[in-house]
Amino acid sequence: MLEALAASIPAQIIATGALVGVAAATLGLFLVLRGAAMLTHAISHSIVLGIVLTWLVTGQTSGPLLVIGAALGGLLSVVLTDMLARTGLVRMDAAIGLVFPALFAAGVLLIGIYGRQVHIDQHAVLLGEIGFVWLDTVQVAGQPLPRALVSVGVLAAINGAFVALFWKELKLATFDPALARALGFAPGALGLALLALTSATSVASFDAVGAVLFIAFVIVPPAAALLLTDRLGRALALAIGIALASAGLGYPLAVWWDASIGGAMAVMTGVFLLAAGIAGPRYGLVAALLRRRTQAWDADCRSLAAHLYNHESGPEAAEENTLRALTAHLGWTEAQVRRVILQSLDRGFVVRHGDLLHLTPKGRAVAEEIFAPWRRGQAA
Amino acid sequence: MLLADHTVQTVILGAVLLGVVSGVLGCFAVLRQQSLMGDVLSHAALPGICLGFLVAGTRDYGSLMAGAFLAGAAAAGCVTVLARMGRLKMDAALGIVLGVFFAAGIVLLTRIQAGAGSGQAGLSAFLFGQAAAVLRSDLWVMAGVAAVALTLIAAFWKEFKLVTFDPAFARAEGLPVLVLEGALTVMIALAIVVGLQMVGVVLMTAMVIAPAAAARQWVDRLGPMIWLSAAFGTVAGVTGALISAQARGLATGPLIVLVASAITLGSILLAPGRGVVWQGLAARRAARGLHTQQVLVTMFRLAQGHGDPAFRSAEGLVDAYHGAPSARTMDQLRDRGLVRQTTQAPDPARHWELTDAGRTAAREELDRRDA
Repeated sequence: MLEALAASIPAQIIATGALVGVAAATLGLFLVLRGAAMLTHAISHSIVLGIVLTWLVTGQTSGPLLVIGAALGGLLSVVLTDMLARTGLVRMDAAIGLVFPALFAAGVLLIGIYGRQVHIDQHAVLLGEIGFVWLDTVQVAGQPLPRALVSVGVLAAINGAFVALFWKELKLATFDPALARALGFAPGALGLALLALTSATSVASFDAVGAVLFIAFVIVPPAAALLLTDRLGRALALAIGIALASAGLGYPLAVWWDASIGGAMAVMTGVFLLAAGIAGPRYGLVAALLRRRTQAWDADCRSLAAHLYNHESGPEAAEENTLRALTAHLGWTEAQVRRVILQSLDRGFVVRHGDLLHLTPKGRAVAEEIFAPWRRGQAA
Repeated sequence: MLLADHTVQTVILGAVLLGVVSGVLGCFAVLRQQSLMGDVLSHAALPGICLGFLVAGTRDYGSLMAGAFLAGAAAAGCVTVLARMGRLKMDAALGIVLGVFFAAGIVLLTRIQAGAGSGQAGLSAFLFGQAAAVLRSDLWVMAGVAAVALTLIAAFWKEFKLVTFDPAFARAEGLPVLVLEGALTVMIALAIVVGLQMVGVVLMTAMVIAPAAAARQWVDRLGPMIWLSAAFGTVAGVTGALISAQARGLATGPLIVLVASAITLGSILLAPGRGVVWQGLAARRAARGLHTQQVLVTMFRLAQGHGDPAFRSAEGLVDAYHGAPSARTMDQLRDRGLVRQTTQAPDPARHWELTDAGRTAAREELDRRDA
C-alpha cells in the first residue's frame, strides 16, 4: 500500500489533505463546542512568527526544534490574548484581534527581510503548497513519502490518541466545566493541552495549507457534523468523514479548474456545511421551515376546535359551525379554510355532515384543554 | 524633498483615508464586541475582488472594490444566518464564513493567475497590501467610499450611538435596530474596502480594531474616542506606508499593523488612570496606604489595651501582629508625624509611640470603618 502511495503523486496530495482534515477535525469538534473557533485562527497565524524566530535563533529550517518553536509561537498568541483580556481594558474579541495580527505582521515582515534564507515566501505562508508536498520526501519503511504527509499523519495519530484517551474528560470539561473542576479534572489544563495540540497540528499542516486556510479544516467539518447530530461520538465520525470527502472531492475540482488544491479542499468543506445547514434533520433550514409550518397548522386546527366547541351546544350552531362562518367570522381565506378542514379531518378532530362540522371526542378534548385545562385527565 | 514625490503624496493621502475611515468605524465594531467581524469581512473581501476582476475583465479599481463590498455584505449575512440557526456559537459562525470565503477567494485567485491575463498582476498585492501600487485614480474611489461612510455616521449619529450602547432601549424607542446594526456592519465592510490596497485582506482586521481599542483607553466618550481613533489610524497608516515606501520587500500591511499595534500597546500600558502601569501604581499605593493605616490602628488598640495612651510598641511586636516587617511603614508614619521613635531600656530595638496627630488619625480611621 505504501508502495502504491509512493508511486502516485495525486494519491500523496489527497492523502495529505485528508490527514490534515482528520487531524484538524478531531480537535476542531471540541474547539467549536468550547467557543474557541477564532483562537484557532490566531494560533495558525502566530506560528509564522514562531517559525521565523526559531530560524533566527537556531538556524534550522526543518526538524523537531522548528516544530516546537513554531508551536510555542502559536501558544504565545493564546497566552498574550488571555493576559490582555485579563487586564479588563479590552474585551476578549478585541484582544484576539489585537494580538494575532501583530504577531503575524511581525512574522511576515521578517520573512520579507530574510525570506530567501528561510525558504518561505509570503504567499506560501497564506496558502501552503499542497500541490508540491511530493518534492520534499523522507524514507518511511523503505518508501519515499512526502515529509508533510508524514508529519500530519503523526499529528493525526497523536490527536486521535489524545481524544480517545481523554474522551470522557474532554466531554465533561466541554459541556460542564464547573462540574469538571469540582471533580478534580483540571479543565484548564485540558483546554491548554487542546490548544497546544492545535498549534502543533497547525505547524504540521503549515507546508500543506498555510496559515489562513487552516481554520477551514479545523472548524467547518465539525460544525457541519454538529448540524447533523446531537451525539458527540457520531459528530466526530461525521466530521472525519466530511474531512475525508472534502479532500477527495477537492483535488479533482482543483485539477479541473486549474486552481489552488488546498483552497478547493477548503471550499468543499464549505459545500458540506451548506448542505448540512439546508438539509440537516433538526437544525437545517428546511427542517426548521417544515416545523414552523406544522406548528402553524396545529394552531389553526386548535382554533377550529375551539370555535366549534364554543358554539356546538347553542342554538347558533347551525350557523356558526359551517364552512361559510369560518371565512366570515374567523377571517380565514377559502384556501386556508380548506387546508384547516383537511388537516383537522386527518388529525381526527372533526367530522363533516353536509355543511355542518362536528367535533369528535378527540377534537372536544383538544378544545377543553384550551378552555378548561384544570379538568385535564377527568372524564368529560 | 520626499513629500514632493508624486508617489509618496499618493501613498500619504491613501494612508490618511484608510486611517480615518477604519478608525471611525472601528470604534463601533469594538464597542459592539464585533471586533472579529472585521477579521471575517476583510478575509471575505478576497473572493469579491476576484469576482470583480472576472466581471470587469481588467484591474478596474471600482469593480474590484464593488466586488469586495458585496462579498463582505454576503459574508455578514451568512454569519447572521449561521448564528441564528441556534446550533453554532457566534465564533464558530465567524470562523466558518472566514475560512470558506477566503478559500473560495484563493481558488478564484489561483484560477485567474492560471488564466494568466496580463492584467492580473496587481491582484496578489491585495493579500498583504502594497502602498506603492496605489494610483491617483484609486484615491478618488477611496475618498468617495470614505465620504459615504462618514456622512452616514454623521447623519445618524444619535441612532448609531444608541444602538451601540443600549440596543434594547433603542428597540423600545421604536428605532429600526436590525437595520441600524446591519448598516454598521456593512459600513465596516466599506472601511475594509478603503484599506484593502494599502494593508491587504489578511491584516486589515488590525486596522479596524487597534486604533479604536487604543483610543478607548484615553477617553470615556464616543465623540472624542472617534476623533482620537481616526488620528491614531492616520498616524499608523502614514508612518507604516512611508517606511514601506523607503525600501523594496517591506510589505505595507505588516508595517502599518505593527505601528498601530505599538500605539495600542502604549495606550494600554500608559493611558492615565486606566492603563496597566497606572493601575499597578495605584494598586501599590493602595496596598501601602492600607498597611500604614492598619499599623496605626494596631498601635492605637495596643495603647488602649494597656490603658496607656503613650504606650511604646516594640517594632517586633508590630511585625508579629501583621505577619510582615513594618520598618519601612514606621519610617513613613514617622515622616508624616504620626509616630515618634523611642527606646525602652534595656531593649535596644526600636520602639514607637503614637503622637497626638497619630492618635487622631487612628480614631478617624476607626470611625471610617464603623461608618
